[in-house]
Amino acid sequence: MATLDAFKKPDTLKTPDALAPRPAAEAPQQTPSPPEQPRLAVDNVSLEYRTARHVVKAAQQVSFNVQEGDRFVLLGPSGCGKSTLLKAVAGFLAPVEGEIRLDGRSIHAPGPDRIVVFQEFDQLPPWKTVKQNVMFPLLASRTLARDAAETRALETLEKVGLSGFADAYPHTLSGGMKQRVAIARGLAMQPRILLMDEPFAALDALTRRKMQEELLALWDDVHFTLLFVTHSIEEAQVIGNRILLLSPHPGRVRAELGCEEDTLNNHGSEATRARTQRIHQLLFEHQAKADDAVTREARS
Amino acid sequence: MTLRSVPAEERGERPDRLYELPPIDTRDLMAQRSRWQHLWGLPAVRKALILVGLVLLWEGAARYQGNPLMLPGASATVRALWDGLFAGPLLARIGVSLSVLIKGYALGSLLALGLTTLAVSTRIGRDLLTTLTSMFSPLPAIALLPLALLWFGLGEASLIFVLIHSVLWAMAVNIHAGFQGVSETLRMAGRNYGLRGLRYVALILIPAALPSLLAGLRIGWAFAWRTLIAAELVFGASSGGGGLGWYIFQNRNELYTDKVFAGLVVVIVIGLLVENLIFDTFERLTVRRWGMVRGQ
Repeated sequence: MATLDAFKKPDTLKTPDALAPRPAAEAPQQTPSPPEQPRLAVDNVSLEYRTARHVVKAAQQVSFNVQEGDRFVLLGPSGCGKSTLLKAVAGFLAPVEGEIRLDGRSIHAPGPDRIVVFQEFDQLPPWKTVKQNVMFPLLASRTLARDAAETRALETLEKVGLSGFADAYPHTLSGGMKQRVAIARGLAMQPRILLMDEPFAALDALTRRKMQEELLALWDDVHFTLLFVTHSIEEAQVIGNRILLLSPHPGRVRAELGCEEDTLNNHGSEATRARTQRIHQLLFEHQAKADDAVTREARS
Repeated sequence: MTLRSVPAEERGERPDRLYELPPIDTRDLMAQRSRWQHLWGLPAVRKALILVGLVLLWEGAARYQGNPLMLPGASATVRALWDGLFAGPLLARIGVSLSVLIKGYALGSLLALGLTTLAVSTRIGRDLLTTLTSMFSPLPAIALLPLALLWFGLGEASLIFVLIHSVLWAMAVNIHAGFQGVSETLRMAGRNYGLRGLRYVALILIPAALPSLLAGLRIGWAFAWRTLIAAELVFGASSGGGGLGWYIFQNRNELYTDKVFAGLVVVIVIGLLVENLIFDTFERLTVRRWGMVRGQ
């Protein structure tokens, strides 16, 4: 199991020198990827999913690279295949064309080096307490022994502000708290990349804003690599440092934009609003064109 | 449409309102319920009350009828039960029945779990399970008894065979339904952690399907108990004295109706104990605590 070995390395070696480029990082993010090799490479990937009668093309020849420490956002309207793309990166779905590589190795199956935070609250096994939930992937993947896993779970829970709820069962928590547990569980694994599939979409607007702030604060602290799916332009700008715009039916890359400057603090700034406008235009214009084509086709 | 908008100037002057909120004593927010309400809220109390009512009804009917040969009263039955337990063979009969029951039940449960595990991991396994259950679950266990006697002879093995048959199919259907009801997100989370094969079944599917599994175990228990008593009635004594069913049968032949009732009461009491102590406790410690089924 080469992946697992690579995974365990930093714990056994304990080389603080390897962390030199990121002195702020408390929890080390394992071996850094060399700059010329992206952490995640999605290379000309087409995806299909099957219903009982049809084979539906969800994404067509999508390519992008996620560098280490990126907060990379996949943004698009529903039906652009962004969630399907994330599931393919997670390994739940094999591409029909192209290749997805993590640290240069092709992805074939789900694995604990890519922890997914889902939108649904039932991603947390209800029979495990908050602490056990955070420990679960560490133990299931045999990354850590029980004692070490418990220590790390408590550390991570402290980071997301849930220390007081370590022994609570998930059904007693609010939606926002459940998502925080799910994020803690992902961070505790110290995955090569953290995948988030519209994690805040089922939350109310106030909680969502708070969770966005907390996620960014966590990133400032730990500097994990993040791939984030959303259908909210505003969320994409706030969370991401790069945005990949996808067009719907099938999902194709429309644009890739940097948006490091757009943060929660300067939300009303001129540049941010201009970028929102631009993204809106890029998504909307494409749809308008498609609508035109359909009407033209219908007329002829 | 009767809605109409009132012009702003007609809505009157409404200044912004702002209040300083003084802290509130949080103890005032929770009041104690009265003792009777609390007692009535306990399921054990309500159930005990029902039982007492039924016993009174029975005793009344027996006294009214006045023929202990046809319907002995609750008091006569309790006396027969006491004699049977401490002076008669009842305790030994219970022991024989329970030991056979537990063997058959455990084997049937394990087989059901194995079959459903096979059914969730392969397509042919699923087809096998659905075909077998639709074939055999309508078949009454008692109907298999003559065949069992032919194959396994007059003894425990035949009883265990029919017990397995009565437990297996009902339980397999329930467990399989439970496995299939496990949410897609939870499945993906499990695979995400790198779980596969038997570890995936043991660490994700079984706990996630535990409410259905428990329902299956309860149904299986009732079926097993029912089948065992019926089989013993038909089948009589196996080697070295029969079980409870045999006790009931023997006493009916000798017209000790109070002893027949004592035997039936034992069947009922054991059923109630297992249901209310073992299964309910297990349920309270697991699925209720986890919020997977609603509390009472």
